[in-house]
Order: sequence, then C-alpha cells, then structure tokens
Amino acid sequence: MAPPYMGILHSAFWTLIFSMPVFIVRRLMQSVLVLCFMSLLVFVGVYAIGNPVDILINPQADQADIERAIAALGLDKPLWQQYLIFLKQALAGDLGKSFAYNIPAIQLILERMPATLELALAATGMAVFLGIPLGLWAGLKPDSWPGKLIMTGSILGFSLPTFWVGLMLIMLFAVELGWLPSNGRGPTTELLGIPVSFLSWEGVRHLILPATNLALFKLSLIIRLTRAGTREALLQDYVKFARAKGLSSTRVVGVHVLKNIMIPIVTVIGLEFGSVIAFAIVTESIFAWPGMGKLIIDSINVLDRPVIVAYLLIIVSLFILINLAVDIVYSLLDPRVRISEAKG
Amino acid sequence: MPLRRFLFAVIAAFALTAHAAELRIGLAADVTSLDPHYLNVAPNNNAAWHVFDALVHVDANVRLVPGLAISWRAIDSTTWEFKLRKGVKFHDGSDFTAEDVIFSLERAATLAASPGPFASFVKPITAKQIVDPWTIRLKTAAPYAMLPHDLNSIFIVSKKAATGARTEDFNSARAAVGTGPYKLLRFARGDRVELARNDAYWGGKSAWDKVTLRILPADTARVAALLAGDLDAIENIPTADLTRLKTNANFRLEQKVSWRTMLLHMDQYRDHPPRLSDKTGKPLAKNPFKDARVRLAVSKAINRRAIVERVMEGDAIAAGNLVSPPVFGYVDALKPEIYEPEAAKKLLAEAGYPDGFALTLYAPNDRYVNDEQVAQTVAQMLARVGIQTKVETMPASVYFGRARAGEFSFALLGWGSFSGDLALRALVATPNADKGYGAWNWGRYSNPKVDALLEQGFATLDEKKREALAREAAMLALKDVPVILLHHQLASWAMKKGIAYRPRTDEYTFAHQFRPQ
Repeated sequence: MAPPYMGILHSAFWTLIFSMPVFIVRRLMQSVLVLCFMSLLVFVGVYAIGNPVDILINPQADQADIERAIAALGLDKPLWQQYLIFLKQALAGDLGKSFAYNIPAIQLILERMPATLELALAATGMAVFLGIPLGLWAGLKPDSWPGKLIMTGSILGFSLPTFWVGLMLIMLFAVELGWLPSNGRGPTTELLGIPVSFLSWEGVRHLILPATNLALFKLSLIIRLTRAGTREALLQDYVKFARAKGLSSTRVVGVHVLKNIMIPIVTVIGLEFGSVIAFAIVTESIFAWPGMGKLIIDSINVLDRPVIVAYLLIIVSLFILINLAVDIVYSLLDPRVRISEAKG
Repeated sequence: MPLRRFLFAVIAAFALTAHAAELRIGLAADVTSLDPHYLNVAPNNNAAWHVFDALVHVDANVRLVPGLAISWRAIDSTTWEFKLRKGVKFHDGSDFTAEDVIFSLERAATLAASPGPFASFVKPITAKQIVDPWTIRLKTAAPYAMLPHDLNSIFIVSKKAATGARTEDFNSARAAVGTGPYKLLRFARGDRVELARNDAYWGGKSAWDKVTLRILPADTARVAALLAGDLDAIENIPTADLTRLKTNANFRLEQKVSWRTMLLHMDQYRDHPPRLSDKTGKPLAKNPFKDARVRLAVSKAINRRAIVERVMEGDAIAAGNLVSPPVFGYVDALKPEIYEPEAAKKLLAEAGYPDGFALTLYAPNDRYVNDEQVAQTVAQMLARVGIQTKVETMPASVYFGRARAGEFSFALLGWGSFSGDLALRALVATPNADKGYGAWNWGRYSNPKVDALLEQGFATLDEKKREALAREAAMLALKDVPVILLHHQLASWAMKKGIAYRPRTDEYTFAHQFRPQ
C-alpha cells in the first residue's frame, strides 16, 4: 500500500517542474547583481592594499622600471577606469590574464578545479556514507558502548584543528608507517575530458589522507545531526504508528525515519560542500594538493587581482548553484515546501 | 623497535638503488611560469636555470663565470664584446649561435606587461652587432660596467622554437627549448616540473636521468615529504627543524651564507616622521634619526649575537656589511656593530634624548625567515636603552606598498644583491628617479660623496678597480649608519644520505649540482 502522502508529492513535483523556469530566472537575476557587487568589492579591496609590482619587481629595478611595469599592466589608471575596463572585458567573457602566471585567470582556475572537486567529493562522500550509518547507530542505540564511542569520536572530530590532524596523519601514516604518500596528487587519467586521479591505485593512495582530513569535520557534523534527528523521530507518532502496524524495523528506520531526518542533513551537506570547495585551503596546503585553494592563497600573496576576482566570482556562482540544488532537493523531500517560496 | 628500524633500512636501501638515477626535489615557492622572460622572480628563475643557460653564469659565491659566453671584455668604453661557446646544441639538436642571443635579448626587452619584467637588464643596450656567428658586440650609451652582470639574468632561448611563442607555449614545453642541463618534459602548474637529462650538455652530464621539482611551499609538508622518503632533497629548511635534521643520521644538511641581508631603514628626511614621538605621545622638536649619534645608538643597542643564536637558531650570521661575505664588494674590515647598551644610552643622552623616545617598528610577517620574531626582539632590545618600541607586522602584500608610500619611519627590509655597489645604489644612494638611484632607500639617507663614488664605479669597466671603488663607497656610507644592519640569513638544504649538494649563496636549488656520493 502506497503511503497516503504519495499523491501530494506527485502534485508538488509537477508544481516544481512548472514553476522552475520563473524561479531559475529570478535566481539568475539576483545572482548577476551579487556577482557585480562582489567584483566591485574585490576591486576596491585589492586596490586599497597595493599592486603586484611592489611585490614582484626585481630588487635591482629602479624607479623608472617600477613605473613602467605599473603602467604596462594598466595599474596606473584611476580605479573607476580600471573597473570599467574589467567590466567591458568581463561582458565579452574575458576575466583578464593573471599577472603572475600570464595565463587567462579563468583557465588557471578551471585547470585547478578538478583536483579540488575530486578532493571535496571524496571528503563529502566519506562524510555522508560513514556519517549517516554511524549517526543512525548512535541514535538508535544511544546507550550502547559503540554509540557512546561514536559520539566521543565526533567530539574529537569537531574540536581538533584541521591543520594539526593533517600533520598527525602525515606523521603517522607517511613518516612512521610509510603506508601512504605524504603529499601531492597521484597520476591523473582523463574521464569525460576531466583529469581525475581516483581511477588508479596510486591516485587513491594519494587521495586517502587529504580526503580523510577534510572529511573529519563534516563527518562529525553529519553524525551529530543524524543522531539528533533519529532520536527525535523515534519519539514521533508516525514512527510509533508504523511500528504498531507491524512494519519491520529496517523499513521503519530505512524509509520513515531516514526520509524525515534527511531535510536538515541535505541542507548542511549542500552548504558544507560549498565551503569544502571554497575553503579546502588548509588541507590543500598541508598535503600540497594542487587545487584552487592553494592558487587563491598564492594569488592573494602577490595581489594577483584577475585571479582573485575570477576565483571569487566562480565561488559565488558555485554557492548560488549549490543553494539552488539544495532548494530543489529540499522541496522533493518535503512536499510542504513550495519552491516558489524558497528564498535565495 | 629494532624490527621496524631494520625494515626501514631495507626499504630505504631498496629505494636508493631503485631510484639511483632519479632525483625528486621539494621547492619552497611556487613556479608561476616557465617562460624565462616573463616574470623575474627567484622560483621561476630557479626552474628556468635547469632548462636554459645565460651568457654569463654565477658560481656558488655569486661571482661571474663563463656560461654560453666563454669570455667578455670591453673593447672601448661603451662597447662590450662577448665570445660565444662553440659547438653548443639546443635540446632540439639545432646549433646555438649569435642569432639566438640577439633574439633572446630582444624578446626580454619587449615582454614588458609583467609585474616583474626583465626589460631593465637589457635597457642599457643601445645597439647589438653580430661580428661573426660566435662573437657579438653590445653598445651602451654611457660606460656601463654592469652589463656582464645584467646578462646573467637573460636566459637564451632558441630563436627557431621561440619565435612568436607565448607564455603558454613555454609552459607546454613546445617553445621551452634551451641549452641547459635538462629538457623540460612537463610543467604541472602548482604541482611539479618534470625534467629529463640533456646528454649533450656542454657543462658535463648531470648524474640524474630524471628530475622532478615538486612545489611544496608549506614548510611542514616539505619536511614531512623528505622524512617520509617521498623526496630526495628539499630547500629552505624551517629553523625549527634544523637541529632535528642535523642530528638524524639518515639525512644530510648543507648550509651556506645567503646573499640576503636583513636591515632596518630609518626615516632621515622628514622633520616629523609618522609614529615617532616622545614617550607621552607628543611630537618631538626634530627627527632624532637625522642625528647620526642616534642611529649609532640604535645599532649599539641591538644584540646581534642573541638574534642569531636564539631567534634564528644559528641560521644566520651577524652583519657588518650590506652584502654577505662571498659577494663582490664585501669589506672584511667592516665588522658587526658591538652590543653596548650603556654606550647607546650615553649617545642618546648626548644627542639630547636622555629619556629616549617612542616609535613603531614595522615588519612583514611572511617574507623573511622569522621576520616577525626578529622585529619583536629588536623592539625589546631598544626598550632597554629607553627607546619605547611598538611592533606592527603585516603580510608582505600589504607591507611593501605601504613602505614605498613612505608610511613607515622605522622598517625591516631584507636585501639580496649580486654586488656591494648594486646594494649601495638601491639602499643608500640619494633617491633619484632619473638615474635610478636609491629606489629602495626608504629612509632617504643622502651622501653626495657616496653617490659620486658609485657613479664612478659603474662607469669603471675594470673589475678590480670597480670592486675597490665599491668597497670605498661602502666604508664611507656605513660610517654614517645609514641603515641598521642585522644579519645575513643562511640558506639551507636537506637531503637523504648518499647525496651531496654544493650549497649556493644565491639560494638556488639546482638538480645538476646534486651528486650521489
């Protein structure tokens, strides 16, 4: 027998499909405004700090050399002119060339993106596939010793700083035991035109430590969310009713409980995925993982404005996309939520 | 655990034999491009030196030695003649000729849209002439002694491969055809540079078939990778790990004084420099740094031995010169100022500041070895003689812009120079944009006699005479304490046992100078 709310889900689904274009167009318009504002902020910010010539010019250069280099990069123009030039080129799809790399900024970021995405996906996958079962266990059997152990572990995962855990992982598994490589990304192979490293054993070996390090915090977060949700759901009437009807325990937990506790978890996974991509910086530097996080730090250090602007624009776009995806999944999971009501 | 030790030894021995011909090096800074004429920063040049040569090379003591030019001389006061090495081949098998030299000089001059262009090194050249395929003459507008020095910075590329090439073409190895000890196999930005030996190298075959330069800016990651056996050698050892690597029998440490000198600039031009006041915060009647006695007092108040031994953990030597000992123009007679706090107090009293004064010392916190700690230590030492010193540090990206804008009256700077006269020209010569003097003289110390000696030196084509003039200028200038000299950093390398490296003052890490023992 189909659950009674199946019909509602159905109609919600169709409403969703029909209202989607309007919703997406409105979202996109908001996004363009956000992106413009963002680029302006970064422009003003980097301009206020200084220019890359002061940092990168060779020590023997004299005053004339410095002025010439600043002028050659167009950094002698007033800020508003520089911004207008940027806008004009940006509208034509050109976000400028990196000062330090002399390569289009977008290309620079996109070539680093697969590495970061791979790391972020591996870490998120680890967090989800370990976190939900462990959290369920801890929620279903809170007083058993495994349940207590899981919760204690999650406290550690929460409170230990990433850089320290990373160093300890390297010291233990790479330096002392010699089981795994201490840093770097393994050899890559092309998958649908994207270079990935997880298809080879060597690549996986390189991925394990950084992904674990990055996953630890999210794992703890998901364990705690799942446990809290499970404990709350177990007390609800529909669970009691399902049990009273004689449904198997697997079905009660696997379908009814899990589905209802997924809403906050999906939201958090979505948001955390964005932040994992944007802020994998610490893990990437400790493990010398050639991703975007390392690039942005290097670029900020030399005030490589085109890269900083392009990076932030891409990250903002990513967040917008992830939020959109979360809203859609959310409305599929909870038929009471209409997508038109979801706020950007 | 003897068993684990044994296993480790077996594995290490196996790894050594298995990779006898491969060398994996961990570099401390990002290589942004393999276009040797785009951005003149040390990490890029370090990578480029593996693939390309210059006409003039420098040895481990930053003294000029023949490169692609076997000799050079001034044939008249404004013409330099370079004899080129015969029989040198590019990686693609073509011959190296004078055409490639002219092409490279021109390419370096025209790639100007860069935050660190090479154009300044070829700017003095007004005319180029090919006398025969192995002789070129370069003319300058005025007598210019530094031309051979400057040409050490211009990498020679193949005209055939690099005509019309963009930076991307060099990164993809297509245009990166040089005469250097290695051929470029692959450049993975932000990750590694892979090189293969050039068997035809004129300077002798390197010991390694294959070299991988790994880019590992995080200190801990670099050291861990060496300890874990993922790398064979690393550069730039953090001071905290020096002792550990020194005492570990599985590794070997090499150190040499670097060309980088740490110094403090003092505002000597404004009457009321920013953040300089009496101890209650009221402005002073005049700028104390204009008085040489005050500058000397500051210098005497600093215990350089303590900085070297404690803050730098032995990874430095106290400085009495603008350049470090092996460098051209170093003066033996100039010793580090002696630590005499009582004498410093007396000097301050004589200058009219018996109670001292208050100021702020500015320093970057991510540029030099232990830069922030050095500034903090100096501040403590100055406080003991009555100069109340606050410390403000910031990232280099913010620091240098503000420093050049004249916002600091007391500021830390690190300086590496090929020669004493170049260092004097940049740091203590009277700032003059037209002549290119004093570009980094933040305190604007000015001494016309020093300027005159420097000008005379740069127009003196005889090396010996020029060095004598450079020494004279250094002694004259440093008598006035135009800057406070602190210490010369040491450059350090660590490698696993069985490999040796001849350390270099210019801090470069060259795979071809690592040798199996």
